[in-house]
Amino acid sequence: MRDESTRPLGQPGRLAQGGEIARSRPLRGRFDGRAIEGFAGDTLASALLANGLRLVARSFKYHRPRGILTAGSEEPNALVELRAGSRREPNSKATVTEFYDGLEARSQNHWPSLRFDLLAANAWLSPMLGAGFYYKTFMWPPSFWERVYEPLIRRAAGLGRAAGASDPDAYEHANAFCDVLVIGSGPSGLAAALAAARAGARVIVCEEDFRLGGRLLADAREINGMPGELWTARAIEELRALPEVHLFPRTTVFGVYDGGTYGALERLCDHMPVPTPHEPRQRLWRIVAKHAVLAAGAIERPMVFAGNDRPGVMLASALRTYAKRFAVVCGRRVALFVNNDDGWRTAADLARCGIAVSAVIDSRREVAPHVSALADKARIFTGAAVIEANGGSALRSITVRSNAGTETISADALGISGGWNPNLHLACHQGARPVWDERIAAFVPGAPPPGMRVVGAANGSMSLGACLREGAQAGYDAAEQCGFHPKAASAAADDEPCAVDAFWHVDLSAKAFIDFQNDVTGADVALAEREGFRSVEHLKRYTTLGMATDQGKIGSMHGLATLATLMGRSIPHAGITTFRPPYTPVAIGAFAGPHRGKHFRPARLTPSHRWAQEQGTVFVETGAWLRAQYFPQNREDDWLTTVKREVLTVRSAVGFCDVSTLGKIEMHGPDAAAFLDRLYINTFSTLAIGRARYGVMLREDGFVLDDGTCSRLAPNRFFMTTTTANAERVFAHMQFCHQVLWPELDVQFVSATDQWAQFSVAGPRARDLLAKLVAPFDLSNAAFPYMAACELMVAGDIPGRLYRLSFSGELAYEIAVPARYGDALARLLMQAGEAFGIAPYGTEALGAMRIEKGHVGGQEIDGRTTARDLGFGRMMSGKKDFIGRVMAARPALLETDRRVFVGFKPVNAQDRISAGAHLVPPGVPASAAHDQGVITSVAFSPSLQHWIGLGLLARGRERLGARVTAADPVRERFVEVEICAPCFIDPEGARLHA
Amino acid sequence: MRIACPHCGARDMREFTYLGDATVARPDPSAPGALDRFTDYVYFRDNPAGAHREFWYHAFGCQAWLVVTRDTRTHDILSVESRAAK
Repeated sequence: MRDESTRPLGQPGRLAQGGEIARSRPLRGRFDGRAIEGFAGDTLASALLANGLRLVARSFKYHRPRGILTAGSEEPNALVELRAGSRREPNSKATVTEFYDGLEARSQNHWPSLRFDLLAANAWLSPMLGAGFYYKTFMWPPSFWERVYEPLIRRAAGLGRAAGASDPDAYEHANAFCDVLVIGSGPSGLAAALAAARAGARVIVCEEDFRLGGRLLADAREINGMPGELWTARAIEELRALPEVHLFPRTTVFGVYDGGTYGALERLCDHMPVPTPHEPRQRLWRIVAKHAVLAAGAIERPMVFAGNDRPGVMLASALRTYAKRFAVVCGRRVALFVNNDDGWRTAADLARCGIAVSAVIDSRREVAPHVSALADKARIFTGAAVIEANGGSALRSITVRSNAGTETISADALGISGGWNPNLHLACHQGARPVWDERIAAFVPGAPPPGMRVVGAANGSMSLGACLREGAQAGYDAAEQCGFHPKAASAAADDEPCAVDAFWHVDLSAKAFIDFQNDVTGADVALAEREGFRSVEHLKRYTTLGMATDQGKIGSMHGLATLATLMGRSIPHAGITTFRPPYTPVAIGAFAGPHRGKHFRPARLTPSHRWAQEQGTVFVETGAWLRAQYFPQNREDDWLTTVKREVLTVRSAVGFCDVSTLGKIEMHGPDAAAFLDRLYINTFSTLAIGRARYGVMLREDGFVLDDGTCSRLAPNRFFMTTTTANAERVFAHMQFCHQVLWPELDVQFVSATDQWAQFSVAGPRARDLLAKLVAPFDLSNAAFPYMAACELMVAGDIPGRLYRLSFSGELAYEIAVPARYGDALARLLMQAGEAFGIAPYGTEALGAMRIEKGHVGGQEIDGRTTARDLGFGRMMSGKKDFIGRVMAARPALLETDRRVFVGFKPVNAQDRISAGAHLVPPGVPASAAHDQGVITSVAFSPSLQHWIGLGLLARGRERLGARVTAADPVRERFVEVEICAPCFIDPEGARLHA
Repeated sequence: MRIACPHCGARDMREFTYLGDATVARPDPSAPGALDRFTDYVYFRDNPAGAHREFWYHAFGCQAWLVVTRDTRTHDILSVESRAAK
């Protein structure tokens, strides 16, 4: 059997000549598997119409047959799934999808097929599916909502299907700066751009279409006596030649933000089957503009009557666009239903393309003779209305009611025009409220955001002459305010008639659609009003009017006007819903841009990272850092085995660990010591040169901020470290203290975290090992005791530093070299340490030894603990002021029943304690009422051969030797533990002073 | 939003971090009633609709602490001063 779907349709809707299409470049694509043809310059919509396909979609709720309504980004009906596989993009508007060779699109929201959709049965249920139906029906039994009703409704309603696979394409972010940003490239936008650019201003023109020109591409008009399209071409040519002008077609300005910042989406490769290699598919621009000219034009309104959603009923302006720009006829028997002069021009424009309009129905009683002359060959009905569009999946006829009675007129296309809404979306993003303009029966922009001028149709100035004048004036003013000397503009055109009479609906039936995309009808709005949803915002939420992907571009105005009419209020009194970015949907991928996967949060690598990788190290993310967690050796198959070995190696021989992630700050100045005294709770002005001291900082509210060490390298020179996690925060805090609180202190400091590679070398053989590296430096206890610090040469000629600090409790040093020597130092330590049985250790062993020694870490400094809670009460100097001193003396922070830092060991040595376990007295239920504290850190102590813990317990220090239960209901682990001092190993410190 | 850093020029707000009220001053810790004053200083804030002086830190720039006067209703930046410059 021959496959019908591959037979070309022959473009029966294409005119023999004309159009801004390249007939020399034929293209082929597929719609629902059927071959379709078009030309370069087509949209998917114009190609579908050219191929005679008018039924292109099913509606959201009732699955009504739908055709193409518009020719722009306001399209509510013609939504398709574009592309396939991981590039499938649901809800793509056919009207703005550029046709390309190999295009693949599918209609959505039907079963089993577009033409025969069983779900259209929903239309019969429409009395049950009206406004707010989900609040009224499907309510019983309540348990059915989640399991039965909601899944059913979700399957029946809705639009396209997401790809369900990772997006294979790249997206980019970019910034641009200009004097004048022109949004829209119709006559107003081009006039503005020309005026500003000729004066020398840096101009950016953004146009959402792939071709510049706006309505000049679609309407037959003259400027300066030449055809509009010729003037447009010349204007673009002139702009292109100016060095300070950038023209961005395929670029939608979607949001206006504070300070003259504009968000724009440039679609670089959406008009290709797959993006050009190494090109992003889309680029998200952040444009900062001194001035902006909003020339976004206007959006034509539909007419509301029964069957107004029938395929074949289209906006009158869309009929003109398809005819002139795309050389496509949307019907052979065309009628128009309008309430304004502009709609009549459709008849004249179509006549130029050889398409006769058979009837014009105008809701107004009187139409000026020079307007009605535009359709001199058509039957004219004034004071009349189309009361129904008849047909199935295509329009066959319209029923017209006039003074002469009711009459059915054969028609396969009906152009409707209910007037124009200025496209003021972007003018309102900063909160400005639109203002009602009776003259054009539409809202116009209120006070636009600072720096923005709204011109032309977007400003409610509907004639071409006014568009050119306003555009040029705005470009002139903007350039002049930027310091340029613009010249008066030259483009001129007639002010064509644009009269309009408000006309909101023929009827409010359940077939008269207001919001096409969400299937909201006149009946729904009337019902909402009857049920009391009379605020426009309530109406919107109750009926979902304006909540679809088109955000009410087509229907909202009618909905609001209808509500106002029903309530007997004026439209401005009823109000309008809020406009928010984005103007049209922006893909999440574009917002994410390059920040995906590893790029979402780049890892900071330690200087010894490559060396550690070679050792087969297991890494762990700690904040932004990737650190060595443990170094498994042969046949070690679980992490605990490795960590035990690493700890025991340090405790019995020597180990080393990269601690470069610590925040490091170099500080100079005669007042450095005084500054440190005010930062830390303890005193640093008394610190001897060549010595280090442990210090604790508080926040001003009296809670602990951070801890670390600080070494005095010279009288006015200090080097301090912070915890890894708090490095940036402490640095910013210090800057605040210096710049804001004590600018009189003569001190300077700079972060040196990335400048130094620093290794902890710990264990009884640490001195022997380091002696080989720093010879002839004297490492004896007398010359370089515990807490000594100095600058020295490492490995002969590398300027480094040595600190005798111990986190592990062993004889230990921290050795630092410039970061570029970090890798070499790691290798050197391994090599020189081999004779001493050295092993590298990671963060797990580091943490285990910290817990064995009872040092506080990030788990204990959790923002809720005070210095006293953590056992640093006596460190707090009483002889000076420091940040947090006053607030730390608040009565509540001095309470004796506060939770304080203690250690825990299991009564039964086999038991494992859980970090996070809550502490309750023995024998009482593990409930919040009995909660006395929490285990903050746990480790298996290889030295003690059982689990140990640190934690915070109410009155803990008074209860040493007593028992509590560490309750971990999540893991069902309830362990009796003995309260002990937090230091488990060498409490006298004999090892670290060795 | 853009903040004109006195050292770096007009920069996007992503370069800055916000701290809050810059109208409060750290009290004299040795004065009588210091605890009450510090409680005010640390915790109590006005929430004006309109011009507000507040601290911003140019974290991804010159690391200056700035006093920015911002209209909380419109995000208009009315003035920017550097504390370090004083």
